Amino acid sequence: MNILRGKVHKYNKDNIDTDVIIPGPYLKIHDHKELGKHAMEGLDPNFSQKISEGDFLLTGKNFGCGSSREHAPIALHQVGIRAILSPSFARIFYRNAVDGGYLLPIEIDSEVIEKISDKDELEINLDNNTIINSTSNEVFKIKPLPDIISKIVKAGGLLYFKI
Amino acid sequence: MGMTITEKILARASNKNMVSPDDVVIANIDKVMVHDVSGPGVIKVFSEWEKKGINLDHIWNPDRVWISEDHFVPASDRISANNITLLTNWTKKYNIKKHFKYGLGQYGICHTLSHEEGLVLPGEIYVGGDSHTNTTGAMGSLAVGLGHTDIAYVLMYGKIWFKVPETILFKINGNKPEYIMAKDIILKIIGDIGTDGANYKAMQFAGETVDRLSMEERLTLTNMSTEAGAKNGIIEPDETTFEYLKTRTDKKFSPVKGDFDASYSDTITYDIENLDPIIAKPFSPENICTVGDLEGRSIDKAYIGSCTGAKLEDLRMVAKILKGKHVKIRTEVLPAAQSIYFKAIKEGLVSIFLEAGAVVGPPTCGACCGAHMGVLAKDEICISTTNRNFPGRMGHVESQTYLASPIVVAAAAINGKITDPRNEML
Repeated sequence: MNILRGKVHKYNKDNIDTDVIIPGPYLKIHDHKELGKHAMEGLDPNFSQKISEGDFLLTGKNFGCGSSREHAPIALHQVGIRAILSPSFARIFYRNAVDGGYLLPIEIDSEVIEKISDKDELEINLDNNTIINSTSNEVFKIKPLPDIISKIVKAGGLLYFKI
Repeated sequence: MGMTITEKILARASNKNMVSPDDVVIANIDKVMVHDVSGPGVIKVFSEWEKKGINLDHIWNPDRVWISEDHFVPASDRISANNITLLTNWTKKYNIKKHFKYGLGQYGICHTLSHEEGLVLPGEIYVGGDSHTNTTGAMGSLAVGLGHTDIAYVLMYGKIWFKVPETILFKINGNKPEYIMAKDIILKIIGDIGTDGANYKAMQFAGETVDRLSMEERLTLTNMSTEAGAKNGIIEPDETTFEYLKTRTDKKFSPVKGDFDASYSDTITYDIENLDPIIAKPFSPENICTVGDLEGRSIDKAYIGSCTGAKLEDLRMVAKILKGKHVKIRTEVLPAAQSIYFKAIKEGLVSIFLEAGAVVGPPTCGACCGAHMGVLAKDEICISTTNRNFPGRMGHVESQTYLASPIVVAAAAINGKITDPRNEML
């Protein structure tokens, strides 16, 4: 769990909101597989076909702003996304991603975005808080997960975290 | 060093004398809400947890939970109809008595019910399965939106973790001109600080203008704190709050106010005496300009609805503009709750809307979240009293939504184009 390897999909856009991640009409759907088919439909209708199990997303700041719909991290998890790299996350999205055990939200410096290209292979290391870009052989620092988040992530979600 | 109202509520709920920003606390929760979107999501989480051997025969306290049917009522199709049945069976199973059902007396948008029914009281911690739960912070409560897993957790244990947020204090001063509403003020603030300007933080509203605002107008400020990313929006309770609650509940409560020496991460002051009416252009609530800047721009439809823009006073302001006139574009009015709809009929507001040519629909979140009941077509342009205008928010991803106050939306409705409301109110 402390080292994740995968291919990154870059959407260098700020404020990618939950209406884009999973549009409103799908809110009535609670079948996770069905939600996955519509992940990021508002931005890239072919998104779900591009993603393989274990891939990452790289985005601009304030990812996941908007509504509290847990459908958003569920849909991204369902298509195979395991971590999202962004300079910042909207609070409810961040919380849902961690507490539901769906995704790892990784905060990076905004300059790092330019140094990672679409489809690069990355290795995220939570022990020493680095990302290795295996395609370009560059190493970047990531912001350590806050203590409580780290514990919930290690537990596998809020359900398994004894408070 | 003293504490802000948000810090004091969190300290009390976590049995601590003192908390500071960034502390992580486990807070006992007073009230919980789920609706017909988050409810089935929570039910799904429950079923997953039951498969893992968790005993879910009972929830923590059914009397502290209430349910609203608001996003997909009237049922838009078979899936949403099934969700309502699912939710109804679930509330029966867990003996949750406060279930506000469409077509069975009082019902409406969850955030509107929270204040209209006096369900959340000053000093309480309230969590809801919806991002605009922030709305209810205008009652002097700590009101926070959460996702399905977190709500399911609270329903089991009655508590949840919070990081204590920093508080930004917005001091709003000056006499409010009659053409300015709380919506103009909050759009101006969001435009200034951006949609992540208060991310993870508390937005507290104070100042002489806020002191004089009605309860419903205050609720517009806290509602859209969500659009700046805030964990919560909050206003210290005062006589206006207590007076508002008097007719709505006889429950006792212990209000909380911040200390005089509380510390704020930032204090931002506004003088609104000379504020021009504000509008947010597609595709973000932060994308603001003055209404005058867009004077004359053609619009296809006006939408007056949602928790932030279809309260009784919102409808009164719309009626003031529409009275004796005819709308030039399709105009849809959806009161935020059944009680508000009924009051609007008794006050003659609904007659004014109908005489003007507008349609009046049942309370529902409806097209605000692009669900149903008037969603937008490709290239269609809407001016709306709602709170979001992201791509596809109200319908087709290439539709456009302008956000503005009920006064500005009504002025556009009778002119078929964006119009400075001062031209209509002279």
